[in-house]
Amino acid sequence: MIPAQQVVELALQAAEQSGRADETIVIVTDRSDTSLRWAGNSMTTNGVSTSRTTTVISVVREGGIAHTASVRSSEADPAAISVMVVAAEEAACAAPEARDGAALPTGSGVPDDWNEPVPETGVEVFADVAESLSTGFGRRETLYGYAHHLVETTFLATSTGVRRRFTQPTGTVEINAKRDGASAWAGVSTPWFVEVPTDALLEDLSMRLGWAQRTVELPAGRYETLMPPSAVADMMIYLGWSMDGHGAQEGRTALSAPGGGTRVGERLTELPLTLYSDPFAAGLECTPFVAAPSSSERISVFDNGYDIGRVDWIRDGTINALAYPRAAATEYGTAPAVPGDNLLMTGGSADLADMVAATERGLLLTTLWYIRAVDPATLLLTGLTRDGVYLIEDGEVTAAVNNFRFNESPLDLLRRASEAGVAEGTLPREWGDWATRAVMPTLRIPDFHMSSVSQAQ
Amino acid sequence: MPSRRSRGVDLAATRRKAVCWCARYGGAVTARDVDPDFIALPRHQLADAALSAAREAGADYADLRIHGLTTEVVQLRDGELETAVVDREIGLAVRVIVDGTWGFASHAELAPEVAADTARRAVAVASSLSALNAERIELAPEPVYTDVRWVSDYRIDPYAVPTADKIDLLEEYSGRLMAADGVDHVWAMVHTVKEQTFYADTFGSAITQQRVRVMPMLEAVAVDAAAGSFESMRTLAPPTARGWEALASDEVWDWSTELAELPVLLAEKTKSPSVTAGPTDLVIDPTNLWLTIHESIGHATEYDRAIGYEAAYAGTSFATPDKLNTMRYGSPVMNVTADRTVEHGLATVGYDDEGVAAQSWDLIRDGIFVGYQLDRVFAPRLGMARSNGCSYADSAHHVPIQRMANVSLQPGCEDLSTGDLISRVRDGIYVVGDKSWSIDMQRYNFQFTGQRFFRIRNGRLDGQLRDVAYQATTTDFWNSMEAVGGRQTWRLGGAFNCGKAQPGQVAAVSHGCPSALFRGVNVLNTHTEAGR
Repeated sequence: MIPAQQVVELALQAAEQSGRADETIVIVTDRSDTSLRWAGNSMTTNGVSTSRTTTVISVVREGGIAHTASVRSSEADPAAISVMVVAAEEAACAAPEARDGAALPTGSGVPDDWNEPVPETGVEVFADVAESLSTGFGRRETLYGYAHHLVETTFLATSTGVRRRFTQPTGTVEINAKRDGASAWAGVSTPWFVEVPTDALLEDLSMRLGWAQRTVELPAGRYETLMPPSAVADMMIYLGWSMDGHGAQEGRTALSAPGGGTRVGERLTELPLTLYSDPFAAGLECTPFVAAPSSSERISVFDNGYDIGRVDWIRDGTINALAYPRAAATEYGTAPAVPGDNLLMTGGSADLADMVAATERGLLLTTLWYIRAVDPATLLLTGLTRDGVYLIEDGEVTAAVNNFRFNESPLDLLRRASEAGVAEGTLPREWGDWATRAVMPTLRIPDFHMSSVSQAQ
Repeated sequence: MPSRRSRGVDLAATRRKAVCWCARYGGAVTARDVDPDFIALPRHQLADAALSAAREAGADYADLRIHGLTTEVVQLRDGELETAVVDREIGLAVRVIVDGTWGFASHAELAPEVAADTARRAVAVASSLSALNAERIELAPEPVYTDVRWVSDYRIDPYAVPTADKIDLLEEYSGRLMAADGVDHVWAMVHTVKEQTFYADTFGSAITQQRVRVMPMLEAVAVDAAAGSFESMRTLAPPTARGWEALASDEVWDWSTELAELPVLLAEKTKSPSVTAGPTDLVIDPTNLWLTIHESIGHATEYDRAIGYEAAYAGTSFATPDKLNTMRYGSPVMNVTADRTVEHGLATVGYDDEGVAAQSWDLIRDGIFVGYQLDRVFAPRLGMARSNGCSYADSAHHVPIQRMANVSLQPGCEDLSTGDLISRVRDGIYVVGDKSWSIDMQRYNFQFTGQRFFRIRNGRLDGQLRDVAYQATTTDFWNSMEAVGGRQTWRLGGAFNCGKAQPGQVAAVSHGCPSALFRGVNVLNTHTEAGR
């Protein structure tokens, strides 16, 4: 393939020569991907992949009205570039007014690393993980799991002079261990596969399976529950996805306020919890500029190249911001707020061991699964507990209990949380296909609603 | 600057345009071939390069797949364009077996030297990770299909319809809903896909295929600003393996009636009483039941799940091989088939992604669990002589895995209508349209909601209810099925986005079913569930 930088320049040249569009945005993302999967103590699938996505966005302006269209392609043939440009221009010319029309960000010059080679990955990154797994496959537990490494380098250029580049590494290792009918899970996010704590994960799994030597059957009901960081992350990620300003302003989301307007300013909890995204968060770095191939309520193609900064969605327990692209922010008289591709919640200080010790009788969860919206008006979500629900009695984990189906809203969980642990890096189990960069606390919920018992183990 | 369409909304004009769309893009039904641009790719040259390189590098078996996927998503909110994006993805994938171990590699560039290099990378992957493999890969035999082609049945190629015309149609449909009293917002979307594949393997098969699918959806929202609350209702038109004819007129789906009725039903729903929770008799419409079938039967009868291949992610299944031919899954009126052949089915193909010809077979017969969905690796492990053709990969950059066929509940021998089923219920609910779904990782405990819940009193519909969800354990639920409707009630539903595997893959799949009557299903009040 020709270099991505060359694709960018060829596309902009083709657009300039054509002259049908007033402005053009080009986004090229090169992907290098490798994966390893195992089940029943044996590898099942694996692979390496090299791919590219090129997006051409044409903007046609007529007075104060903007028309736009996006065309994406993974074709590596350079001849496809001019075809894409023509297709995007024709579609933009025929498109109705864009509801999110705005002036494109401007810029000059290229970043220092613009012409650097694109980094790649391969199965060799799994060498240490594979060595640990080989040992693990010989233990008492039966192991299942997945290791994945994806390196994406995005080049963004506009006819208004913007040039941005960012390399996003995403890596995960997750292991499910089963023994004598019990199941446990552990996972980590590891962007560059450096010092992956696979052995520590295996030890943690062995300890959890040990907790399951005693089992207790519990009925559905409301239980004092410690939600560990992975479970909190999965609920807060869904909340984050639901925090778009436009829908809330129009009265059609759970963030809409009675009487009109939004719930910004509503205090959810007396706990000093802050939920935020920040592309520069240490260890969770992510693309610090908008690179949107198409528009939605949360993001706009007209914002491509715009800086993404830290946004406190909840600050010290109070709803603080909703997501607005620039055009929507102007419409509603507020500041643009663009979510970065990570999520953090801070403000807790308790140690998990201390939280367990302070629990007279309650449940300690491991992960949540199959989370879906039941009622968007309240953000009521349903889902299951998975791979380890443990009974805490008199400050100690004493047994494993059955799984449950829950019905809970992340907003209500925050309203009822009575204690928050110290924030730590975690891998969201349910949404790990899309969201691997999270720092979350453990939350104590005095009355978590387990709606019914699941027979699943 | 070029000329542009006027943006003034002339609904009458756009309606007239809608009427003539079929004539513009359709014409007579003719046998289709794969598009010339895909045929023009150097398919056999790439295959020769990849398969030869794989053999030379030490592979015992290899296959090459060229996978093209063209998608278009158009979304309007309140009649205004929000998103219009066309995406063309294509690449090549090589899968090899080296001394009993899989290896996989893919690349975006369709050049013979890249295909050969990709094959060598796949062999290297298999070799470097072989120490982790404890199960020697063996493939079930399949006849060789030499340079065959297959194209799905559709009339109007969605990619022959300009994006502007798609926007016009959605704008016009949105306008009908927005013009109605009580509708505050409308969201409209159409997602179209054209999938093209070329498959070749070292046994000698070479197969080229093309299929098309469309998914239309409109949702109306009624806002109660004072209460800070809202209700929504979505159209019931299913995604289908058809072309633009599924949207452009009432030929496939009665859009005129549905768009006229939806605001009325939404207004009624906003004023309807909240449901009383507890065991309730349900008549479930195919527009809802397809999803329950998908989750509680379709996934539960996947052999890879049953033996633990998805244990760390999508989950396993209670329907384990030791229960085959003995476990009572449901009542005696329960007959479920799997097939990759049903007309306009989203999982319908000519051949799967391992070169196995499409088939149909029983999963549940007279309520007894009798079959699995298989690929060429799993068939011999179950003792079957041949795969039933369930291998699929959603992109060139993903390895084929066992995916779902069209899994369908068969109609009853007695030709019962939905009304006949409703007439058997003294106090219950008629459930229409899918909405929320969730099931546990062994396919036991599920919870579903819907679009419309009509109260049944003394065998007749009596207004709507709100805040309804039904929750059950799979075998309890299917054993509570007292009756199934006849052929006249049978309808295909489905989804584009069935998720499975790591890296995550999506697959489109249809499920046919009749209306059916269930006794004593646990109904929840979602308002109460939320602690309100």
